[in-house]
Amino acid sequence: MTSPADLVVIGGGLIGSALAWGAARAGADCLLLDEGDIAHRASRGNFGLVWLQGKGIDHPDYMHWSIRAGRRWPELARILGEETGIDVGWRGGGLHFCCSEAEREQRRALIARTRAAGGDIRIELLDRDALRQLVPGIGPEVAGASLSNLDGEVSPLFTLRALQQGFRAHGGRLLVNFTASRIGHDPRRGFVVQDAARREVLGRRLVIAAGLGANDLARQIGLEPRLMPERGQIVVTDRVAPFLHHPASAIRQTREGTVLLGSTHEDAGFSTGTDVDAISRLCRIGTRLFPALRNARLVRAWGALRIMSPDGLPIYDEASDFPGGFLVTCHSGVTLASLHALELGPALAQGHLGPAPQSLRSNRVGLHPA
Amino acid sequence: MAFIRLDPLPCESSAELFFEDRPMRFAQGDTVAGALLAAGIDTFRQTPVTGAERGPWCLMGVCFECLVSIDGVENQRACMTPARPGMQVRRQTGSRHDAAAAGGDA
Repeated sequence: MTSPADLVVIGGGLIGSALAWGAARAGADCLLLDEGDIAHRASRGNFGLVWLQGKGIDHPDYMHWSIRAGRRWPELARILGEETGIDVGWRGGGLHFCCSEAEREQRRALIARTRAAGGDIRIELLDRDALRQLVPGIGPEVAGASLSNLDGEVSPLFTLRALQQGFRAHGGRLLVNFTASRIGHDPRRGFVVQDAARREVLGRRLVIAAGLGANDLARQIGLEPRLMPERGQIVVTDRVAPFLHHPASAIRQTREGTVLLGSTHEDAGFSTGTDVDAISRLCRIGTRLFPALRNARLVRAWGALRIMSPDGLPIYDEASDFPGGFLVTCHSGVTLASLHALELGPALAQGHLGPAPQSLRSNRVGLHPA
Repeated sequence: MAFIRLDPLPCESSAELFFEDRPMRFAQGDTVAGALLAAGIDTFRQTPVTGAERGPWCLMGVCFECLVSIDGVENQRACMTPARPGMQVRRQTGSRHDAAAAGGDA
């Protein structure tokens, strides 16, 4: 029998990989379980935004948590680059385009509410002329944008790869094609995670970061996250000469020139399919913002599933009946990766939730609708 | 690599397209890629990221290596485009500018 790891992380997506990287980097013996390509893989269908504007407008703890994540992203990008040689491509200066004066007024209200809640972020409202200085070639309907330096973008795929590569460089062990199905606990061996073939891994502590697979696993340690899928579709063009040097909420251009348009919010069960209506809607939004994109070629579209809690907020919790057993889930695995990696992973390896807000435990009112 | 037509260009064929302003004869039914390869041209484009020279690879529309500019429209797959008389074909150098707002960066 192998000796238990300090920490077993179930889920090799952006959340699990960030937590495992942070734990291994802090010196813990950490084992990361990845289900393999039968998993829903939200991390690989992601748009790649580090997005703060408007997040948690009704839940200040979540707002401050997200802003703190945005502040620490450049540091995470730098460390990952130094450790692995992989440039995850962090770039700030996020824009939210407004296509009418009414939309601009809504942004103004959002900025005021953020300020009133003490959000440590500066969001400017640009009029059309100021925006054109920054981003030439916007369409005639674009009335302006809100801009913040902390909102950013990264390549989600390079981020995932860098976290997993760094994790292994810190001595972490990655076990792929392991579908955790049963979780048990005994005082002598600690947490015992089994797959359907009854293969076992052992850990003194355990984190469930299994995306939509977390419901069945969390229940076994007494937690009920009630997670649901929400589909987002994304459209991808061929490579276009760089024209957009800012991330934006509906459009971003990668360093290589590809333009991504997205994304939708749909209830489609567990389907990751695409449909022509959604694709054409995304293309219309893109060509309204930048009419020259009418010439671009649509080369791909895909659907991916967000992991949504009933109130849309992340969940950070510890099982009261199984101390040392944790659940971490959110739909912003990119945005929050910096805090998961730099703060939460090391804390979990020590057996606590560190700075994760108390109000994001799973016993909150929003997760238990009457 | 040299490509040689199995069936030589018929003498009566006078259809021409223009590649980088040079007239080039082709046979009816040729794709742009076929016509250029038969004329001894194997560099169709330079990549946006490193500037490396590229030419047709799959010849069936999936690899996007044979991109050229045709009549001013960039990033066209030469292998999927039938040759037509008078076409103006140019190498695609770097990424396309015709779909970039304000022309994009140089």
